[in-house]
Formats: sequence, structure tokens, C-alpha cells
Amino acid sequence: MSPEPAFDRRRYWRRTVQRILVLVAIWAIVGPVMGIVLVRPLNQFSLGGVPFGFWMAQQGAIYLFVVLIFVNAWLADRLDHEFNVHETAETTQHVQTPH
Amino acid sequence: MGIQGWTFLIVGITFAVYIGIAIRSRVKDTAGFYVAGQGISAVGNGMATAADWMSAASFISMAGLIAFMGYDGAIYLMGWTGGYVLLALLLAPFLRKFGKYTVPDFVGDRYDSNAARVVAVVAAVWVSFTYVAGQMRGVGVVFSRFLEVPVELGVLIGMVIVAFYAVLGGMKGVTYTQIAQYCVLIVAYLVPAIAIAILLTGHPVPQIAIAEILPRLDAISVDLGLTGYSSPFTDLSSLNVLLITLALMTGTAGLPHVIVRFYTVKSVRAARWSAGWALLFIALLYTTAPTVAIFAKYYMLSTLANRPIDVVAAIPWVQNWMQTGLITLRDANGDGLMQAAELFGAHGLPASIDRDIIVLALPEIANLAAIIIALVAAGGLAAALSTASGLLIVISSSIAHDIYGHILHPEASDRRRLLVGRIVIFFAVVVAGYFGIRPPGFVAEVVAFAFGLAAASFFPVLVLGIFWKRANKQGAICGMLAGLGFTAFAIALIRSPQIFGTAEPIMPDFFGVNAQGVGTIGMLINFAVTLIVSLLTPPPPDHVQEMVEGIRYPRVRRVSERVDAVT
Repeated sequence: MSPEPAFDRRRYWRRTVQRILVLVAIWAIVGPVMGIVLVRPLNQFSLGGVPFGFWMAQQGAIYLFVVLIFVNAWLADRLDHEFNVHETAETTQHVQTPH
Repeated sequence: MGIQGWTFLIVGITFAVYIGIAIRSRVKDTAGFYVAGQGISAVGNGMATAADWMSAASFISMAGLIAFMGYDGAIYLMGWTGGYVLLALLLAPFLRKFGKYTVPDFVGDRYDSNAARVVAVVAAVWVSFTYVAGQMRGVGVVFSRFLEVPVELGVLIGMVIVAFYAVLGGMKGVTYTQIAQYCVLIVAYLVPAIAIAILLTGHPVPQIAIAEILPRLDAISVDLGLTGYSSPFTDLSSLNVLLITLALMTGTAGLPHVIVRFYTVKSVRAARWSAGWALLFIALLYTTAPTVAIFAKYYMLSTLANRPIDVVAAIPWVQNWMQTGLITLRDANGDGLMQAAELFGAHGLPASIDRDIIVLALPEIANLAAIIIALVAAGGLAAALSTASGLLIVISSSIAHDIYGHILHPEASDRRRLLVGRIVIFFAVVVAGYFGIRPPGFVAEVVAFAFGLAAASFFPVLVLGIFWKRANKQGAICGMLAGLGFTAFAIALIRSPQIFGTAEPIMPDFFGVNAQGVGTIGMLINFAVTLIVSLLTPPPPDHVQEMVEGIRYPRVRRVSERVDAVT
């Protein structure tokens, strides 16, 4: 395998940061914003009898947090393969035992 | 067989399993002792992280707290789960790629400074000790309540068990026992929750059954003169709910005993997936806890409220818990009836029911067999022991690896480092047990704020250390000291009656923010100070910038690829 050109590394990192920013924004919207800031207006809607804002704060946000982390892992895997930086048996970082 | 017999049996079996695992997972080197040889699978680490994370407080106290707080209890539900998103996105994979043993390791290497390393060690040890004392106390309380042994003896038994598997197996032993402990605690939590859901609604899934109970709970609460259960911001202002939630989230992402779990997995890829598994396993308990709160509160209000005090006192489960002192029926207005406000404490009245019994008494309330009550005891012990052991590893690695191995005796052999690690962990167990038996008054006060302090000290320097190459030593040290200093100072002023014994708080709040939420402001100060001081001082040396470049890519670069490393 030939060494990667420098611009590939930069693009990989830019794509990584973009992905993280989008997911953090969704995290903020489904968690603090919908569950706390907008809880009163959202409580006017009901989810099977449970006020929607309350449900987001005590149930919905937690489910979506789990989904967000798995989506991140899946997208990161795809990006690693696209840029050929995924780990193989020889290229996984291991702890260096001192001495 | 009665409750005590079953409890002895089940607790005995679980302890035998933990010891069996410890003997099978002895370690021979520091890599095994501190990071389990980096051989843990993503799912296994997810379970271990969930057990490590969910403490005696999550298991025993959280549902009760939420039952009393209603909507506002969301600060704990969102705060203690949302942090994992930040951890998975911003920290875990990069710190795994870094590939060392501890959080102070990263701070020390990234900021090229032993001073920064020492600040991180002090913060890690301090946060961990205050936290671990509460866990040992929790072990003692569960023992005394279910087996009627003195709290001190209970703490001692817990100490012996933890010392055995932590000294022998280090992180490897701790990880495999945590996996077993997760299985015990989650079964112990879900079985009573499902049983009470069926009892009240006939539907076995608690998360769905609340749709039937919550509207009734809201209605009965208002009828009985309490505020509606799902109405927001009854105890806390919306600003405080937001800032406390953010402090708990960023504090979670910055807690050393959670972060080091992601050092133990096989690869960077495994670290990313593992965070998802961890939160999934946590979410099983964290989405059930609010349903337990709703069921228990509805059941108690509908069966106890506005009943004559002697009728209430004659209910068998009420009688049992009155004997332990956790229910004290207080008829404040002397009319012979127990009003809702007298039961749950509202309008300035003290509560008759202790919060902790919401979880502990649930099996009795739902008329479950003695074996389930015994399982809940074993679950509480599993939650406390798993968290305690994870914290003890952090204390041991911070002192033995970072201080002894890195600063005092960098030339020490691996065998010697391992021996020091074992000795430190043994003494840490003894100190933690001592605090568990004789908790200093400040401990309870400090534990509640450990998250704010972690948020204000670790989170910003870790995130900036990965995402901003320009962040340097001066910035990080000033940032950590400013964030930690501001937060500790603000907490001390707001909580001065509890900490210094002043008659009135020196400062009632910080512009409307209470002591728990002030950590978020400390965190923002840390970010700002680190940014400004870094820009005013020279950039970090080339080898640090190259290290940062290295942790951003999962694959280890070969020599031929390092030509244009610094960009």
C-alpha cells in the first residue's frame, strides 16, 4: 500500500469534524432543546396520553441518544474504509508497556 | 425459605461467582492490570461500562428522587445518559488511539507537562475517593437492611470482596466481574418493574404501560393538592434544569473511571461501537427508572392518601418499612388522616416516606416472592461493588502509574510497577472502607457536586486537546485551575451553611444558577481561559502536534507515511 497523500488526511479530518458537528447539533435539539427549552409548548401534544415534552425529557431523548452513538459508529466505519485508514491486525494501536 | 434465607443464598452465589471470575482473570503485567491487556470486546466493554457507571445511587435512589421531583427528575435521566453521546463522539475513539493507561497520561503527554499531569491526578483521585466512599456506604446499607448485620460489618465484607478481585486481577478482573454484575443488577431492576406494570395495567412493558398511568397520576396529584406530576419546573427554574443537565452531561464525559473503560477495548473501531452498547445497556435501566417512579407514586397516592393514619400503619409493607425508620407517618395537621402533602412532603411539610424505599419496597408492594426481594438486594450490591471497583482502578493507576511510574521512578521495571499498583489499590480499598464506615460530613455534600467539578476541570481540556492543535500547556493549566477554582468557590459560597456552618448562604445563587448547575459556567470559563491563554503564548512543540495528528486517524501510520504529518 502506498503512503496516503497529505490532502486525503486533511479531507478525512474535515469530514470527521463535519459528521461530529451534525450529530452534536441533533443531540442538542433532541435533548436539551426539546426536553427542556421547548417542553411547555411540546406538552400541548400528547403521545398516547403522555405529554410529548415530558416524554422526550424522560424517555425519547434517551432512545435517540443511543441511536446517535450507533449512527456515529456506522458512519465512521464507512469513512474509514473510504479513506483506507481503517485498522487491520497490524495497524491497530496497542498500549506500549513501559520497559 | 424466608426473605433472609433467600438473600443469604443469592448474595452468596453472586459473591462466589465474582471470586471465581477473579481467580480466572489474574494478571501478570501492568497492561493487564490497568487496561485489561486491551482485549475486551465492544459488547463486553459496553456491559462493564454500564455496571461501572450505574452506582448504588442509580440503582437504589434515582427512581425515588424522580418520583418526588416529577418532570424535574429529567435532569438525572438526560444528564446521566446524554454525556455518553459527547463521550462517544468527542473523546472515546481518540483517547483509545492514544493508547496509554490513564486520563492524566493523556493530559500530561498532550500538554507536555508534568504540572498538568499532577493537576489531573489530583482531580481524578479526589473525584474518585468522594464517589467511592458513597458506594461502600451503599454496600453497608444494603447488608444491614436485608441481612440485619451492622453497617460496619457489611462495609467490611464488601471491602474484602473488592480487594480480592481488584488486587488479583486489576482492570481485567474488574471488567469481567462488572459484566457479571451488570447481568445481576439489570435483572434485579427489571423484574419488579415489569411485575408492577402488570399489576397496575396488565401490560408487561413498563415504558408502554406509563401511557395508561401517567394521565391518572397527573389527575390524582392535582386532586390531592400536589402539582401535576408531568408539569415542568415545579422545584427548579428552567434555567437551572438546563444548566444542571448540561453539567451532569459534560461531567459524565469527563469522569476518569468512565473514560478509562474505553482504553480497554481492542481497537478504535471497538471504542466507537462500545459506547453505543454501553448506553443501550444503561438505557434499559434509565428508561425503566422513570416508569418505576410513576407506578410507585401512583400506587402510593391511590392507596395511602387521605386514609386514616392507623389504617395506613396497619398495611404490611408500611409496617415493615416503619421498623427500619424509612417510613415515619407524620400527621402534621393532626386530623388523623394522611394527606398527600404529609406523605410526600409538599408545602413545607417533611415527607413521611423516605425516597430510597421506592425501589427497595417495590417487590413487597407488588406482592412478589421472597426470592425477588433477595434479587433486589443482590442487585444493589452489584451496582455498588462494580462502581467501587472501577473507581479504585482509577485511584491506583493515577498514583502508581502517573505519580510513581512516570514522575518519581520512570526507570522502574514492569514487575515493580505492577506490585506498586497492587499495594496502592489495597490501601485505596482500606481508605474507601474507612470513609464508608465513618463518612466525613463533607462527603455527601461533595459527591453531589463531583459532576460539576469534573465538567469544569477535565471536559474542556480533553476536547480542545483533540480538536485544537494550538491548545498548549499554559492554556490547559490556567483553564483547569480557573474552571475548578471558580466552581469550587461558587459551590462553597452557595452551600456555606452545609460546608462552613454559616446561618445563611453567603451567596444564595450565582445570577439565579444553583450550586449543581454552576459547573456548566465553570466549564465555559475553562474553555474561554484555555483558548485565550493558549493564543497569547507560543504554540505547543512539534512532537505534541504530531501526537495530536496521530490520534485523529484510527490506523497506526507507518514510517513512510509520517513525512507530512504536521499540517
